[in-house]
Amino acid sequence: MVQEKKKLRIGWFTFSCCEDSTVLMTEILNDHWQEWAPLLDIRHARVLQKENILDSMDVAFVEGALASEEHIEKLKEIRTLATKVVAVGACACIGMPSGNRNQFDDHTQEEISFLTARFSHLPKVLKLEDVVAVDAKLPGCPMNEQQFIHLMKAMLQTFRIT
Amino acid sequence: MHLIDLDLTIDEMTKVEGAASVDVKIRSGVVESVKFGITEYKRFYTQAMRGKSITALPQLLARICGTCSNAHLLCSIEACEHALGITPSPQTQILKRLTMYGLNIRDHALHLYLFVAPDLRNKDNFLSFDEHDPIEHDMLHDAFAIKAAGNHLAQIVAGRSVHGMYPAIGGFTKTPTQQETQSIIKQLQEVRPRVLRLIKTFEQCDWKFDRTTKYMGMSADHYSFLEGVIISDTGQRIEEQDYHNHLEHVVIPYSQASGYKHDNECYMVGALARVNLSKEKLHPNTKKDANSAIALFPSTNIYHNNLAQAIEILHCIDDAIDLLNNTQFKQEPLPKPVFREAMGIGVVEAPRGMLYHRVHIDDNGIVMEGDIVVPTGQNQINIEQDLKTLIQRLIDNDVENKHEIQHEMEKLIRAYDPCMSCASHFLKINWIEKNNILTFSSL
Repeated sequence: MVQEKKKLRIGWFTFSCCEDSTVLMTEILNDHWQEWAPLLDIRHARVLQKENILDSMDVAFVEGALASEEHIEKLKEIRTLATKVVAVGACACIGMPSGNRNQFDDHTQEEISFLTARFSHLPKVLKLEDVVAVDAKLPGCPMNEQQFIHLMKAMLQTFRIT
Repeated sequence: MHLIDLDLTIDEMTKVEGAASVDVKIRSGVVESVKFGITEYKRFYTQAMRGKSITALPQLLARICGTCSNAHLLCSIEACEHALGITPSPQTQILKRLTMYGLNIRDHALHLYLFVAPDLRNKDNFLSFDEHDPIEHDMLHDAFAIKAAGNHLAQIVAGRSVHGMYPAIGGFTKTPTQQETQSIIKQLQEVRPRVLRLIKTFEQCDWKFDRTTKYMGMSADHYSFLEGVIISDTGQRIEEQDYHNHLEHVVIPYSQASGYKHDNECYMVGALARVNLSKEKLHPNTKKDANSAIALFPSTNIYHNNLAQAIEILHCIDDAIDLLNNTQFKQEPLPKPVFREAMGIGVVEAPRGMLYHRVHIDDNGIVMEGDIVVPTGQNQINIEQDLKTLIQRLIDNDVENKHEIQHEMEKLIRAYDPCMSCASHFLKINWIEKNNILTFSSL
């Protein structure tokens, strides 16, 4: 019986953000899809596929800031399932610009309060490290293309995927 | 009569931009309610823009959306230029057109291949296509080659395809070199046959969902994503600055985004509207080589939004090649802004339809307030209405399998190519201040 080749089990998750790094990731695939497609087992990526499974992952790429309790719970679950968690883009790394409202004055906070209450927003928008440990960061708005490629190569090496 | 009771929930729509959900309630074979909710959390850009310098505004507002970022960037720049009384040079106008072409090539190709093509091939995702299947082999290679060409064009002209760095108020901080121009012309010419194959694929696609609605888009002397007046298929003609006066803001309580009606009617914006309204203005080479596909318009088949996007990719390539061949770019200094209290309005055709930015600045160039209306907000009511009609038709035709109904719903939503990141990241608010107490209405 031929043993199936080991692949890098990854997830790509998005919280509150503009998804610029998701778009950039799809553009990086223009040059790398043939190289990476045979090496990756994409467990969860809403933007790419319908059949998503939230189970153990080697690497979880997480884009966006946390705006709700639901986001926090989901991130904690991702953390327990992933060996490595990578914060992708400025919102995941520093909470901005998704955390615009953290800087609003009292008058503006009052103005938006009916909506933050209706949709159960957190009192403050959080970066990933406010909630879980992060193993690597890809800062930038969007992330830097070369840093992403470098990180992917490093992860493939770390998990001995060839 | 099929007296089924069914509750169906799609918690997380896949293969779309951003997060959305749908709740359906069917009782005794009748669709009682469909709620299409945009579940992205608001980021309050209409509040965040206040107090910022106008010179920083376009880059801030580009962050509303990753995929449409260069459309937000150019729309905000146009609004700021109008507020400051700046008229861009002819070269700047060409660079803006090229920026929009790069965006549309990249964005439409992403939608048509990575989101829609799996439904054409009954596959879960595009990366699972089989390289040994001749059709899927071509699709894989075509997709990434076309996307790369659009990406490359945007990089050369705007600095990046996402949040471009070169476009600024009054001009571009860098212009393409001759070497860059020649390299992108070659790349665009190389992918052109691939785009013709894409058009043929969607021309032959037999998906059908006919509906009557009003189509709205910008119209100029050429097929433009930047200039012109706003027209409808019902004969209306509206100047950019008057557009918002005709819009009615519709509260959708279960959605984090706003809906809109125009003169109390639902309407559609986007590629289908644009091709319906202006197909005779497409580039001559596009009209020649996509003749049979273009002949299908004007169309009331919502799935023809996919075909219209494919046609627009070809137009963007053809017109970009002409502009690049006929322009010698030279660096131009940016005009120095003279601040004054003023209002500026920008309207552009983003990939998904008309995008509106308004900015009000004080005499120091500081933003006092502004407003943004995005395409998906304008299409949101139609999407929900169409889902209800679609599900009822399926039930009336004995389709009672949840998975099949869900699959058809997702196909139809994807045809609109909604962008939830755009739709949910601003807040339209009407407020009344009485006796120093702030209350809110009509949200």
